Amino acid sequence: MLKGRHLIEPSEFSIDELEEIFGLADSIIQKPEDYSEICKNKLLASLFYEPSTRTKFSFDAAMLRLGGEVIGFSDPNTSSVAKGETLKDTIITISNYVDIVVVRHPQEGTAKLMAKYALVPVINAGDGGHQHPTQTLTDLLTIRHYKKSLNNHCIAVCGDLKFGRTIHSLVKAMHRYQDVKFIFISPEELKIPRYIKDLLEPGSYFETTNLDKVIGKADILYMSRVQRERFVSEYEYLRLKDYFILTPEKMLRAKDDMIVMHPLPRVNEIAEEVDSDKRAVYFHQAKFGMYVRMALIVKLLGLE
Amino acid sequence: MINVSKLKKGIVIDHIEAGHGYKIFSQLGLDALEDVVVLMRNVPSRKMGKKDLIKIETDIHLDLTVLGLIDPNVTINFVKDGALIRKEKLQLPAVVEGILECKNPRCISKYQKINDIKFYLIDEKTKEYRCEYCDTATSF
Ligand SMILES: [Zn+2]
Repeated sequence: MLKGRHLIEPSEFSIDELEEIFGLADSIIQKPEDYSEICKNKLLASLFYEPSTRTKFSFDAAMLRLGGEVIGFSDPNTSSVAKGETLKDTIITISNYVDIVVVRHPQEGTAKLMAKYALVPVINAGDGGHQHPTQTLTDLLTIRHYKKSLNNHCIAVCGDLKFGRTIHSLVKAMHRYQDVKFIFISPEELKIPRYIKDLLEPGSYFETTNLDKVIGKADILYMSRVQRERFVSEYEYLRLKDYFILTPEKMLRAKDDMIVMHPLPRVNEIAEEVDSDKRAVYFHQAKFGMYVRMALIVKLLGLE
Repeated sequence: MINVSKLKKGIVIDHIEAGHGYKIFSQLGLDALEDVVVLMRNVPSRKMGKKDLIKIETDIHLDLTVLGLIDPNVTINFVKDGALIRKEKLQLPAVVEGILECKNPRCISKYQKINDIKFYLIDEKTKEYRCEYCDTATSF
C-alpha cells in the first residue's frame, strides 16, 4: 500500500511498489485524459527553500495535469517561513491546508524531519547533496520505457562518479534488479566510492577511464557532468576531458539499441551533434519525470 | 575515613579510563539519584596506571547501554549482600538517542534545534552510528 506513505529516499519503496507506480505511469502515458480529473479538489503544497525551476515545474505540471491545484513558494525569503519558524511548526501548520507536500531544501535530512511531523504524505524533491528520489524514479521509468524491463542490462555510467548524487542513487536502485552489470567510466580522481562498490556483486562491475573502449558493451549510457573545478589542475582537466565527452564518433561504436541518458542540464559532456541520434533520449527524460510524479502523487493520495 | 570499598548491594563500574568517570556519571544521570553514589577518580591501577571507578548503592535499574559508547572497556559488577553476583560485558546500543551529535555540517540538525536525534548502529567495530536525518556516519 502506497497510500499515505512518504517518499524520502529511493530505496524506501520495494521493487513491487515501484512497479505499481511505473505501471500507473504507463497507463497515464497511454491515456492521459483518463486521469485529468483524478486529483480534483486536491491541493499540493510546493515548498522550495531553494530555487530549482526544473524540479518545481515538473511537480506543478504533474499536479495540474491531474486536475489538482498547487500552492507554495519558490523563494523562502519572500514568505513568512523565513521569519524564524521551525520546520516542524511549518509542516504541522501546512498539513492542515493541503493533501500532499513536496519539499526542496538545501540542508540534508530536511524532508525526513518534515515527514516525521507531517499529517499528509511528504515527497522529497531534493535535500542538499543527500537524496533526490524522484530523479531516480524518472531514470528508472525512462529505462523501463525504452528497454521494456529493468532486468538484464549493462549500464555504463560516465563522468563524475565520486560526487554525483544522481549516479549513486541510480546504481543503488538498479543493483536491486536481476542481472544488472555496471561499467564505471571516470577520471581516476572521480571514481565511484568504495561503499557503492561494496553493495555490488564482485564481477558485476568494471571500472575504466576510457569511454571509447567500453561504449560497445553498454545497453544504457548514463552521462553526467565532469566539472572543471573537480580536477587537480587546469592541465589535467584539458588532458582528460575528451575521454568523458560523448561524440558522434564514439556513438558509431555503440549498440543500435543503446540509449543515452543525462539528468540535465548538460554543459559540454555530450556533443550537440549527438542530440539528433535516435538513441539520445535525454530530452525525453523530463517527460517521464512528469509522468512518474503524476503516478506517485495519485498513489500516495490513494486515488488508485 | 569513609570506607568505600565494601558495597552491600548495587553496581560497581570498574576500569573506567581515567577522565571518563565524570562523563559516565553525568550521562547516567547519577546526580539525580537519592542513593549513595561514589565517584573515584585517578585510582592507582596496576593494569591501567590510573583509572576511574563508580559505585552506586541502589536497587533501581540503570540503563547501562550508553557505557558501551563512552568506554567499551569498563567492567560492570553487580553486587548483592556484599558478594559479586554478576559481571556484565558491554554491548553497543543499536539505537542511541540524544548523546551523539551529527558531524555533517550540511545536516539539518546543524541549522535547526532538533531534540533527541536518533542514531543507528552501522558498524560494531568502528562504533559508527548513522544520523537518522542525513545518514552520515558519526562516532562518539
Ligand atoms: Zn545528520
